[in-house]
Amino acid sequence: MNLDLLFQYIAAGLTYGFIYAIVAIGFNIIYNTTGIINFAQGEFVMLGSMIAISLHPFMPLFPAIVLAVVITMLIGAIMEIAFFRWIESPTILRMIIITIGLSILIREAALAIWGENVRALPYFTGNEVTSVSILGARVSPQVLWVVGVCSVTVLALQAFFKFTRYGWQMRACAVNRDAARLCGIKAKNMVTLSFMLSAGIGALAGCVVSPITYSQYNMGVPLAIKGFTVAILGGLGNYLAAVAGGIVLGIIESFSVWVLPSAYKDSIAIGILLIILFFRPGGLFGSKEELALKEF
Amino acid sequence: MAAILKVEGLSKSFGGVEAVKGVSFDVHEGSIKALIGPNGAGKTTLFNLLSGQIRPDSGSILFKGIPVQGLSPHRIASLGMARTFQQINLFHGMTVLENVMVGLHLHTKTGFFSGMLNLPVSRRDDRFAKEEAMRILEDLGISELAYREATSLAYGQQRTVELARALAQKPGLLLLDEPAAGLNIKETAELGSVIKRIRDSGITVFIVEHDMSLVMKISDEIMVLSYGQKIAEGTPLEIQKNEEVVKVYLGE
Amino acid sequence: MRRSYIHILLYLALIVGVDLLTHALGKSYYLTQLTMSFYYSMVVLGLVLLMGYAGQISLGHAGFFAIGGYSTAVLSTINLMPYKEKPIIRLLESMGFLLMREDLYGARILSFNPWIGVITAVVLAGVVAYLIGIPVLKLKGHYLAMATLGFGIIVYRVVLGTPVFGEADGISDVPGFQIFPGLSINGEMDTKRMNYYIASAIVLVLLYLLMNLINSRVGRALRAIHGSEDAAEAVGIDTAGYKLRVFVLSAVIAAFAGALLTHFNGGIGPGESSVMKSVRYVAIVAAGGMASLWGGLATSMVLNFLSLRGYFGSYDDAVFGAVLILIMLFAPEGIIKIGRRQ
Repeated sequence: MNLDLLFQYIAAGLTYGFIYAIVAIGFNIIYNTTGIINFAQGEFVMLGSMIAISLHPFMPLFPAIVLAVVITMLIGAIMEIAFFRWIESPTILRMIIITIGLSILIREAALAIWGENVRALPYFTGNEVTSVSILGARVSPQVLWVVGVCSVTVLALQAFFKFTRYGWQMRACAVNRDAARLCGIKAKNMVTLSFMLSAGIGALAGCVVSPITYSQYNMGVPLAIKGFTVAILGGLGNYLAAVAGGIVLGIIESFSVWVLPSAYKDSIAIGILLIILFFRPGGLFGSKEELALKEF
Repeated sequence: MAAILKVEGLSKSFGGVEAVKGVSFDVHEGSIKALIGPNGAGKTTLFNLLSGQIRPDSGSILFKGIPVQGLSPHRIASLGMARTFQQINLFHGMTVLENVMVGLHLHTKTGFFSGMLNLPVSRRDDRFAKEEAMRILEDLGISELAYREATSLAYGQQRTVELARALAQKPGLLLLDEPAAGLNIKETAELGSVIKRIRDSGITVFIVEHDMSLVMKISDEIMVLSYGQKIAEGTPLEIQKNEEVVKVYLGE
Repeated sequence: MRRSYIHILLYLALIVGVDLLTHALGKSYYLTQLTMSFYYSMVVLGLVLLMGYAGQISLGHAGFFAIGGYSTAVLSTINLMPYKEKPIIRLLESMGFLLMREDLYGARILSFNPWIGVITAVVLAGVVAYLIGIPVLKLKGHYLAMATLGFGIIVYRVVLGTPVFGEADGISDVPGFQIFPGLSINGEMDTKRMNYYIASAIVLVLLYLLMNLINSRVGRALRAIHGSEDAAEAVGIDTAGYKLRVFVLSAVIAAFAGALLTHFNGGIGPGESSVMKSVRYVAIVAAGGMASLWGGLATSMVLNFLSLRGYFGSYDDAVFGAVLILIMLFAPEGIIKIGRRQ
């Protein structure tokens, strides 16, 4: 195998890896403020890209993406306000089932609106055949867009949680909701905000990746499972570890086509997921002690 | 008196904090032993270690001469150790009677197969469990609550149900984790005589309790824990006179 | 407990009543979908035990259903004619494990007796459930949901990507299952009524067994685990062992149902193992009141029948999604219980 091909595989692995990381972070944000794993997380990615694709004929690419992200954030907010905010005794089983139900409804709605067609946003710069040379290997500029936008998103989130008042408040809610409430933080609004953030980054990721991976109404579920795998790989609640986990999974998947029929490609993530759940439920970077303190 | 429980150098730490540090003691068969100490002294941790809820880092626990450290709670229970919980831990969605019947799990033996086919053994077990549970409820004076949902009862009644469930196990050793918490003076006094009666029926009692008057009244022996370490052990009279104990309780 | 037997009489009356009614209305073709609904309901009944009583969620039960269906489909359609003279095949044939039949074109096919297929299906699902149950059931909440979901997807992917299982086409031309002469599970027109009664009888027997179980010591132990795992352990219940056994039991029931429905339908496709199918079963259990065998059965019969008759059109999946959300939002204890309270 030549070096060029090797780089191609790595580039593909990175592209998917960053998307998985963003979905994983989306899981983390909501999990941290609510203790819920939102099974509809992958649907945000689908919605973001599908909405942007529908808007694009009416406006330039970047406004379309921004608007799509905003709309998806609103959908995230509506979801939280309509289905989670007022539930008094949220058992985990109940929450799991509701988010699964929502994921089905969003998917079916998308099917009704956009049909089964595979769509895509245009390449942000250049086209399918454009490539830039990095270290002698040729890589599509869209890969750089994915890596760049996702990295900036992760850093921006990190800054948001570290340096802004809302970020602090959300972290406070994550540590102890009742205590945060006593300090005058409107915990419920923080939860809404976490759904919006999570929806927003998912939608953004969906847009940047759309030219490469294409978008379809049913792309959410595999993304959700892989994102979850990555979230677990990094240990629930840990953002930077999620990025590392995402890249690891993306690259493993990318290289797996050498040894496995591609029909089984999706099973790799699930295999990893099961292995981690069985042997290291705290994640590769998490500790057992920490795990014992978390509720599932 | 032989020791039904023999603990040797038991330790457990959580993330660097030592909750229980090298604790050794015996509980003598047929006695009431109390475990006291300030909040955070490691009393509940010690109980959880004994009943197998958590595993010790080091040390040994001999129950009826059998090493039980590291065994799962149900195995320890099957050797004849029963417990109640500090936070009431009844089976929600089940009646009082059913809660106590579950306590008889180890004294019945219907399995999946015989249960599904409703074989005679299943019917016999049901009849036995029901009669036995009813007898225990009558004994504790709450038989009129038998068909109420357990978790809908008043706090004190729930504590009694938990006790009934533990007694249904017919244990050799009964661990009671703050049984008087949340009870009023009258209920506490009643509890005291119930515990004495339990001991007189041949069940050894090991109790964690904050209510000092209750502890002093019923205990044959008292052990004091502070910051995970045993600082004193003796009769109620000895403990009351022990300077270190007084210091721990008053001088902090 | 007496009340259960009255329920059973009502059930029998209803079964016969529906048969006579469809007959009188000239709509006896309804019986086909009702029969299928009965088989799907078996999965639901097993899940009621697992979710409602033992409190463990499974988003992978369509996987077990498919393991059952595909096992018997493969074994009863595999053609052993080319190996007919091999000693092992002769031995199997002389033991009655093999069956000769003719396919649509008159070619002779030697394959396994469906009895062997169904038994293999059940045993295989039991073994798989046991092996994955040991690690999976240590998990709780989200992790358990994700792990079982992952298992379901792997089954789906394997079925879809493996030639032996017919990939996207599934396996067709599965012969009927002759339980004994004169009584067989197949999709032929003239046995429609018989099949309806066979399926309803199997469900009735299953109901009876499970009802006995939940009223026994085992049922109390399962509900105790649901109520408080710590306390259940403390009274001596081997919670891990019980969870595992219920998981295996519910998987075996699902596989049995899958095998029978495959013989009834004459085939099986990958759709039976899809995530959406697993979610459907969960939706029905939730709507039926989680811990209610009768509620689960009634909900399952109604929803499956309507779905199979195509009443939900292209909104089929959406209906189940909506059912899930509405139930969990407004009636987490199920429709039946809410009705009873008022």
